[in-house]
Amino acid sequence: MRVSPRNSPAFGTEAAAVETGGTSLAAVAPAETAPAEVAPERLGASRERLDGPAKVTGTAPYAYEHPVEEPAYLHPVQATIARGRVTSIDTGAAEAVPGVLAVLTHTNAPRLADTEDAELAVLQSDAVAFRGQFVAAVVAETPESARHAADLVRVGYGEQPHEVELGPEGGTPAARTDHGDLEAAMASAAVVLDRTYTTPMQHNNPMEPHTTIAQWTADGLTLHESTQGVYSVRSVVAPVFGLDPEQVQVFAPHVGGGFGSKGLPHAPLVLTALAAQRSGGRPVKFAVTRQQMFALTGHRTPTSQRIRLAADDRGRLSAIGHDALEHTARIKEFSEGSSTASGIMYAAPNRRITQRLVPRDVPVTSWMRAPGHCPGMHVLETAMDEMAQACGVDPVEFRIRNEPELDPLSGKPFSSRNLVACLREGARRFDWQRRDPAAGVRREGDWLVGTGVAASTYPTHVFPGSSARIRYEGGRYAVFIGAADLGTGAWTALAQIAAEALEVPFEVVDPHIGSTEFPTATVAGGSTGITSWGSAIVQAATSFRDQYGTQPPEGAEAEGATQPNPDAERFSMHAFGAQFAEVRVHADTGEIRVPRMLGVFAAGRIVNARTARSQLIGGMTMGLSMALHEHSVLDSRFGHVVNHDFAGYHIAAHADVDSIEAAWIDEHDPHVNPMGTKGIGEIGIVGAAAAVGNAAYHATGVRVRDLPLTPEKFLR
Amino acid sequence: MEAEIALTVDGTRRSLSVDTRTTVLDALREHLGATSPKKGCDHGQCGACTVLVDGRRVTTCLSLAVAHDGAEITTAEGMADGRELHPMQRSFLDHDGFQCGYCTPGQVCSAVGMLAEAEAGWPSAVTDDLTAPVELDEAEIRERMSGNLCRCGAYSNIVAAIRENVR
Ligand code: FES
Ligand code: FES
Repeated sequence: MRVSPRNSPAFGTEAAAVETGGTSLAAVAPAETAPAEVAPERLGASRERLDGPAKVTGTAPYAYEHPVEEPAYLHPVQATIARGRVTSIDTGAAEAVPGVLAVLTHTNAPRLADTEDAELAVLQSDAVAFRGQFVAAVVAETPESARHAADLVRVGYGEQPHEVELGPEGGTPAARTDHGDLEAAMASAAVVLDRTYTTPMQHNNPMEPHTTIAQWTADGLTLHESTQGVYSVRSVVAPVFGLDPEQVQVFAPHVGGGFGSKGLPHAPLVLTALAAQRSGGRPVKFAVTRQQMFALTGHRTPTSQRIRLAADDRGRLSAIGHDALEHTARIKEFSEGSSTASGIMYAAPNRRITQRLVPRDVPVTSWMRAPGHCPGMHVLETAMDEMAQACGVDPVEFRIRNEPELDPLSGKPFSSRNLVACLREGARRFDWQRRDPAAGVRREGDWLVGTGVAASTYPTHVFPGSSARIRYEGGRYAVFIGAADLGTGAWTALAQIAAEALEVPFEVVDPHIGSTEFPTATVAGGSTGITSWGSAIVQAATSFRDQYGTQPPEGAEAEGATQPNPDAERFSMHAFGAQFAEVRVHADTGEIRVPRMLGVFAAGRIVNARTARSQLIGGMTMGLSMALHEHSVLDSRFGHVVNHDFAGYHIAAHADVDSIEAAWIDEHDPHVNPMGTKGIGEIGIVGAAAAVGNAAYHATGVRVRDLPLTPEKFLR
Repeated sequence: MEAEIALTVDGTRRSLSVDTRTTVLDALREHLGATSPKKGCDHGQCGACTVLVDGRRVTTCLSLAVAHDGAEITTAEGMADGRELHPMQRSFLDHDGFQCGYCTPGQVCSAVGMLAEAEAGWPSAVTDDLTAPVELDEAEIRERMSGNLCRCGAYSNIVAAIRENVR
């Protein structure tokens, strides 16, 4: 099967875009011939998305939209207790519904070969570990009859006491770093801060719900899956079903967002594949509903975080303490590592960083955009604002004053670190120098007005194990790699990287991604996609040119894989940024508006200026959303998220978003990888909410230490 | 219970037999193989399923197919004329008004429907003068587009794209 970004024949030709001052003139060139006078690609150009026409017309097929013959539809039954056992299941009424093909329960579901990952051990026992867990599933001819029949399944439970709430205490230590003597430094410092902050449980909520089409054939299992990594799905699912990896084919040419929740397979995929063993070879389709996603596809843990800072009278830090508490599902341990970033952000001779994990009867936690760094930096950067205020130092200057020479934890040099440049450039663009430091004193009509700043960071990783293949045919270069584009622009950026490495025009490169038919690619996660896959493509291009020179024969082909980085051990590698926000809070109602946000980032080389800007402002917008709205409310009595849809779980909408700008400084880092890229998928969200919260404090004089910044918190 | 209905989708008349519980969205996606209207929530809370029904924007997940026998439906796919994109779609590309693209056909349909509403003088919650012609500034566009969520956070680019199409 051929997976192309433009599945519709109407959009099957390359459109070469020429940028002219913000608008672009589409010069449509036939796909087969390259425009003669186009220069070889240079990274950093502003490229229109190759998959763009298919996206704006809606013809790009996402997983659930892949056409299949005679599909059957699945609808699950979810546990209505938070902990205990299923004692009885009556499926009679459900089975009697016309069109029902099978009702699966733990008593009759096929056995899995490997149940070690308890999240994926679907319908393998009578145990209920969280509310919303699968206890049965109906497969039927139509989605309507599946849903109706699922409603008729009667489940009896033996309920056991449960606990879902995270308090400020408890937990088992998950990590600890100690440098110097935090307590002694706190006792002797001129200025100290000791505060506890909380961030709430949050849900990724990609617009495309998690969907699966599963079909068993003589060759094994075929999956059309909304996933951030076709190979991650293959490697996790194969052992669960006792298959060789090659027996699992996974397709995901277009993915409707993920932000981490589609990074690894969750229970719905396994349930669908199980059900497809009972459908007589028919493909089974399952689209998790928005409500079901709140229990089944991962979430960000709530956190309680204590920050201790000590400084001298000139605002130089002598100690940083960060103790983070997170919850984890009892059936699967996962830690975000919320206090991690406090290791590298600021200089201080005394430092203690701890993580504790509290097992609770909650659904399984997993990755959500900038795991750990997002909630951890929110808290650190809020505390830094408080400390700057306490020291009487401007918050931009306060951060600059505490800039470390070397990575404070490892003692290694940074491969590049341009936080100070970002702070200065952001301050210049935001007109920061005219800021009056006093909080709660500017009023325009009924609105209190303020500005705030926060720093961002995200580590630069490369995952080993990706490879790419390049083939020359008909004057064009086809690039194959099992990568995924969840909105990141990977279709386009990978073509740009290949074009630059091959020294050919962008227009003659055709990327092929999103399938296990193509060479292995690591997951689109941890901001590693472009760095990992791109490194493999550069390697393939180098090997292609080494073998064939610049006049390759028809059908010439070469492969390359991500190479170990000799500099990885020598340097500490991170991207940095500075975020600025202007906030208005209504003096009478506490309504909060954010008219202006600016992010300036230092994230290595930027591949595609257009899509990079989108990704950065997208991260900032999600940070704004986190600041203003996001809060999954766990009901301690029943153990479920009460506000489990978009009516209750608010995310930023058009009306919340005013001016959001992202910029970057030129950063050349020869150490991170062959392209010099650092990854930009996550850094945009890091610190964004803190900048908004700090601006809200500056506007009102009210410090909100518990997200989100809802109106009642400003009224006192 | 099944019912026979006909829908005209992007100019083509289609006859189909649907369960009376089937939404217009599922009729389009599951029965007619249309990929352009997306399902993001199935509860009228996200706008991903927006199409134009008889020229007006409608969330198809909240509409029952049996109640729309004979309706004229335009999806984002049908807005393009073959290879030629609708000007609104062209602007979405120029301004990179999307990332994952899942909300995008809904945003495009909603934007086109919204422009027609404004043209017809419909006020919104942020319109000051309810009798004067509507001036579609950024605040008006944002308010009128707030039924279309975008988790990728492409809002500022979407508004820039829509503004190009305001007459
Ligand atoms: S799917 Fe119809 S509004 Fe969300
Ligand atoms: S582009 Fe992904 S949800 Fe809007």
